[in-house]
Amino acid sequence: MMREYKDRKNVQKKSYYTDRFYVVPSIPKESVESDEIFAEDFKKLKEHFKIKEAYIQRGQLVVIINPEDNKEVLKFFRDELDYPFLSELSANDYLAKDGEFEIFYQLLSLNKRKRARVKCRIKESSAIESVYTIYKSADWAEREMFDLMGVNVNNHYNLKRLIMPDDWEGHPLRKTYPLQGDEAAQWYEVDKIFGKEYRDIIGPEQRDPARVDRKDTKNFVRIGHEVPYGEKPSDKKTHTDYQEEDGVFFIDEFKKSNSKVLNTRR
Amino acid sequence: MAQHKVNYLQDSGLPIALTTVDKLVQWGRSNSLWALTYGLACCAIEMMASGASRYDFDRFGTIFRASPRQAEVMIIAGTLTKKHAEFTRRLYDQMAEPKWVISMGSCANTGGMFNTYSTVQGVDRIIPVDIYLPGCAPRPETLQYAVMMLQKKIRKESAFQKQKPKRLV
Ligand code: SF4
Repeated sequence: MMREYKDRKNVQKKSYYTDRFYVVPSIPKESVESDEIFAEDFKKLKEHFKIKEAYIQRGQLVVIINPEDNKEVLKFFRDELDYPFLSELSANDYLAKDGEFEIFYQLLSLNKRKRARVKCRIKESSAIESVYTIYKSADWAEREMFDLMGVNVNNHYNLKRLIMPDDWEGHPLRKTYPLQGDEAAQWYEVDKIFGKEYRDIIGPEQRDPARVDRKDTKNFVRIGHEVPYGEKPSDKKTHTDYQEEDGVFFIDEFKKSNSKVLNTRR
Repeated sequence: MAQHKVNYLQDSGLPIALTTVDKLVQWGRSNSLWALTYGLACCAIEMMASGASRYDFDRFGTIFRASPRQAEVMIIAGTLTKKHAEFTRRLYDQMAEPKWVISMGSCANTGGMFNTYSTVQGVDRIIPVDIYLPGCAPRPETLQYAVMMLQKKIRKESAFQKQKPKRLV
């Protein structure tokens, strides 16, 4: 199948490249009845649980439920509706907008060749029930969600940080977390290895990628004119051959004139 | 018994070469730089390529070791994360003196393109570095050049002095 052709000539001029507040339009939703299998699944689901909203997006069933029901709904999906795989579980940060996390469970059925997504929203201060007893793959996914987003999970047998170190402060995937880290993050390795009193000696991180300072404190930035630590910059060219001028004991000197340059590959 | 006289001091009179012990020791050291395999990210691929047959590090006496106790040069090849920084320092401390460090690639030098909360912005924040090797990723030739420059540096040092404590910043 070929991807649909889109003219990308003026793509730089489009508003989403310049408008910081551009909101990407969401993919059109279809009604659940438009797909036979999903319609049947949804009918069964509706008899047992309270469903806030349901629709089909990109050929996948999306069901929005109450967060208290998450365990029962997933168990129902696994046992009754034949979705044996939990392929992904994570959270989205809507804290600034609604003070809530949106948690989603992405399910896969091989027999039906369908994917379904179960979503629910919880407040920042509340917690979601762990589903690792239903889907084993939820174990690490929930730990990751706890680690990076700070979503609390109840009744998980081993809820500790998965990716960040145990003594890390903050949850890096929240929208409010600065990309270059808060203070604790910026000094993390210094504090841990040497202790806080070494902060002054080692100094803050240099994070400006465009920084050019030919006469910095170490004076060795000028390529070809490097000087030792702390000395004044000079115009003298530095000798950067890999052998001393008087040759090396036991090692043949490399002579440029003896080398052969190949213009084509052999 | 041979009747002729050998001029021992003459060049190529006998297989004898005169040198200082200092020079000899440092020559030996510089030609058996065993490197700690320390591949952290994509630069490690280039480091492995330098060790493989085409670029053949063995001819410099640089053989990769998987233990800091047997290594004298640490080639930091790749992105050092803050979570891992502690272990890098520990491995560096475990290496026997004399020891040297090559920081390979932009990530190890300055954090490179990973200007984020989780990357150490230059390994020289935690261990002293002897050679900074720029590039993303540096080609195997460049790593060879770095090793040769390190050999030159070692030949200049004195063998029997304790290594000067290196400045960290
Ligand atoms: S310098 Fe480039 S090649 Fe090397 S580890 Fe960093 S990103 Fe990878």
